[in-house]
Amino acid sequence: MSAFDRDAERQRMLSRRTLVLGGLQGAAVATLMGRLYYLQIVESDRYKVLAEDNRISLRLVAPPRGLITDRFGVPLAVNEQNFSTIIVSERAGDVQQILDEVGKLIPLTEADERRIQRDIQRSRSFAPITIKENLTWDQVAAIEVNLPDLPGVSIDVGQVRSYPFGEALSHVLGYVGAASEKDVEGSTDPLLTLPGFRVGKGGIEKQYDQALRGAAGNRQLEVNAVGRVIRELSRDAGQPGREVALTIDAKLQHYMHQRLSAEESAAAVVMDVHTGGIQALCSSPSFDPNQFAMGIGYEAYQALLKDERTPLINKVIAGQYPPGSTFKMLTALAALESGIINADHRVSCGGHIELGSHRFHCWRRGGHGTLDMVGALMNSCDVYFYDIAGRIGMDRIAEMARKFGLGGKVGLELPGERPGLIPDPKWKRQALKQPWHQGETLIASMGQGYVLTTPLQLAVMTARLASGKAIQPHLLKSIEGQFTETTEWPAIDVKADNLAVVVKGMNAVTNVPGGTGYRARINVPGMEMAGKSGSAQVRRISMAERSTGVRANDALPWRERDHALFVAFAPVQAPKYACAVIVEHGGGGGAVAAPIARDILLECQMLEAARATVAQHPSPATDTSPTPPPPEGGTP
Amino acid sequence: MTLDISADSATLSFTEKLGQIPWSFVLLVTIVASVGFAMLYSAANGQFDPWASRQMLRFGVGLALMLFIAMIDIRVWMKMTYPLYGLVMLLLIGVDLFGSMGKGAQRWIDLGFVQLQPSEIMKITLVMALARYFHGASLEDTGRIPYLVMPLAIVAAPVALVLAQPNLGTSMMLIMASGAMFFLSGVRWWKFALVIASVLIAIPLSWQFLLHDYQRDRVETFLNPDSDPLGTGYHITQSKIAFGSGGLTGKGFLQGTQSHLNFLPEKQTDFIFTMLAEEFGLVGSVSFLVLYCLMLLFGFIIAGRCRHQFGRLLALGLTVNLFLYLFINVAMIMGLIPVVGVPLPLISYGGTATLAVMVGFGLLMSVHVHRDVRMSRRGLGDL
Repeated sequence: MSAFDRDAERQRMLSRRTLVLGGLQGAAVATLMGRLYYLQIVESDRYKVLAEDNRISLRLVAPPRGLITDRFGVPLAVNEQNFSTIIVSERAGDVQQILDEVGKLIPLTEADERRIQRDIQRSRSFAPITIKENLTWDQVAAIEVNLPDLPGVSIDVGQVRSYPFGEALSHVLGYVGAASEKDVEGSTDPLLTLPGFRVGKGGIEKQYDQALRGAAGNRQLEVNAVGRVIRELSRDAGQPGREVALTIDAKLQHYMHQRLSAEESAAAVVMDVHTGGIQALCSSPSFDPNQFAMGIGYEAYQALLKDERTPLINKVIAGQYPPGSTFKMLTALAALESGIINADHRVSCGGHIELGSHRFHCWRRGGHGTLDMVGALMNSCDVYFYDIAGRIGMDRIAEMARKFGLGGKVGLELPGERPGLIPDPKWKRQALKQPWHQGETLIASMGQGYVLTTPLQLAVMTARLASGKAIQPHLLKSIEGQFTETTEWPAIDVKADNLAVVVKGMNAVTNVPGGTGYRARINVPGMEMAGKSGSAQVRRISMAERSTGVRANDALPWRERDHALFVAFAPVQAPKYACAVIVEHGGGGGAVAAPIARDILLECQMLEAARATVAQHPSPATDTSPTPPPPEGGTP
Repeated sequence: MTLDISADSATLSFTEKLGQIPWSFVLLVTIVASVGFAMLYSAANGQFDPWASRQMLRFGVGLALMLFIAMIDIRVWMKMTYPLYGLVMLLLIGVDLFGSMGKGAQRWIDLGFVQLQPSEIMKITLVMALARYFHGASLEDTGRIPYLVMPLAIVAAPVALVLAQPNLGTSMMLIMASGAMFFLSGVRWWKFALVIASVLIAIPLSWQFLLHDYQRDRVETFLNPDSDPLGTGYHITQSKIAFGSGGLTGKGFLQGTQSHLNFLPEKQTDFIFTMLAEEFGLVGSVSFLVLYCLMLLFGFIIAGRCRHQFGRLLALGLTVNLFLYLFINVAMIMGLIPVVGVPLPLISYGGTATLAVMVGFGLLMSVHVHRDVRMSRRGLGDL
């Protein structure tokens, strides 16, 4: 074979194999194109969704929480700007040096600096790290002025719930706090997943949380692979929380809080007898809801929890007390309604009554002599009520008590209400598996024994006595301008004449010399009040003690002293306001609780009169809207 | 043995040579490179710095180098083949000894102005050396196993050094390009079958004893990318999302969200074609592949028109090389083969790959310009 032939053969081989190689390459490129077609056409929709998921981060926007105002529009719970200073480490350069500079302007503890350095190490360099929260205005100003020398530092504005009236309204409003697991459970509201989002933790804030909360908005943000925000694509501000107006009168509430603060532990409530709207509701001692909104420290919280005067408990709705003699109106009314006795029924009080082998004492050891029903109410004669209770029996008394709102939750819009207790033979058989003794009827007739009521229930009872209507108490006046109040309450099923007898007795208590509340009467014409005192025993007085002489309240430890109660309404002629006051372990109702009720009802009417005057003779210099009183102690 | 080229050089004057240069090919290369500039411009979010401007500079240097190489007689290159091969071998050894650390592998020699990657240069010189060796081989020669010992050694030495770096992608490319050269030279089919069979046996063994952990991870990730969505598989997953979300017509220049928001890793180097596909869709990605394949076609045509075996083998080898770059890179970023870290020359940012490919183009054009020179069997001048 010649060299030429061999060359030609080699070249043919090369050509063949080049074709094979080219074919393989063509097939490979075709494979690539097929893959491109599969990814970019067949699967394109799926990948487009994934790319958008990558790119777009949905961030929730918390709407501003709704305001809470009093009945005249005075703000009771507002959102305040809360300033904090933040640092972005990638812009700061030398973080430690910047922090040293900031430390010259605002106090930074070593713990602060450790936390900041730790946060910076844990976060992406573009993430803002909080240096200090809750700055005062002076501190904000100091940092703002020096911002050019503080690269990476800026002021951040957040919102914090603020309660201008502080302690005075804490039991009505409650407070806000971070959502607990229980709050989140079963809720689909995405807002709850926001770090730092606050929900109502008590009072109105909790009761009307849904209305106040509003609906979440959102921002669509474009983010890159490490989560840095590139730009905002869209924003939906969401639905701001709705404004809740209460029936509370802030001025009266403030006055009442101050008045009760004079006592160790007390509670009072005032309501409109026609609408049932609560004008003021106060439990003392109280707590500062602003502390809770900012986040209360462990020690401060423990101190509140351990205080035996129970500042965290709203005694108006959750304190259950024997009503004592304030219950006697119901015993009287039950007797009149039974038809067994009438108002002229007379009983001679010799200081005690015998029933079987037991002796039941009147509070006045010497006795009251002969009294009719009005006189018995005026003097709060125990023997008179033992007598009529013995005649009519417990079932009638219990039925009347329930008609007037006792023995069950009255349904005020506050969480934590307690039901109290109106005992009767049936209840005792079921609950205690014991038969009812007639002696227990006598004890119950004067609001002792098993009988338990809340101050709110007593106020409802008083309002129903004064108006003759089955009013329901409530705190809500309107939500976002939608009014909910009414004066259209059904009449209570008792004879007007009988009711008038009881009211006459209550009038005598405060307005006839010798009445148990006479010394606490209101002297202003047209504003007089009618009421009833009560002193609820919290301990049993033994036979041995009676023989040696009953110890005076002052000689007892605080916890063993009687509760002082007073219920009242005013003005007598045309009832408008009903009030219930309890001073825990305060002693005699007429001496201790009655003056408080008087002061509250007087203030209540004076405020109303002042408003009427302003409304009739408007003066350009006078601000017709009430202003909140200056807050106590520190800045809100 | 003396190399007499004077007679043939005289046959082509400088201007004749210039005229013989395939200018349409130069234009094609420039167009492909320009697509690369545009993508690098986009990768930097619409800025020439830091990538596009430097890449243009390198391309300019590469273009000059390419034309310079094309003008030099192919017989000079043939004569210099073995010395060049030896020099690059020395550089490879140098890399293993003194190379700077990068990405867990010693691959560069830092010359100050450019980081020299000898393994990229070796892709050219190895093809040259094999073309040189097989130039004189008759079909009888290639049928004799002893005759194949020498070229196998030529291949094995650099492959071993590159594997030691370790650089699996480049060593695979070296082996495959060499395999193509053996194939074109007429080595029998059954010999390939034998080698492939033994490789299949060797794979489990090398898996156990030779591969680095990160290489094993790559293969494992390839086989099941979703098992590790935020680890190595994350790259491929994100790359596929970028491809798919581009759709038919793409998101538009500078509008690729996957690349501009950094979901796509290494978008200026290995994953630059992903970015192109995301921004220009199937239309853009297929058009680009066609453009790239035109360069391959030129390689085949040049080989077909060449009248000497060295030129034919060299042209085909260089073409195979270019094809391997394209296929491995594109198949990798589409999740067809494991991640091996092979760039897309002329498009990906990076000095040596582009320069190496342009040196290859220079040789290819030199083959074209000197397609009719006469060479002896031993590659030395006339018959």
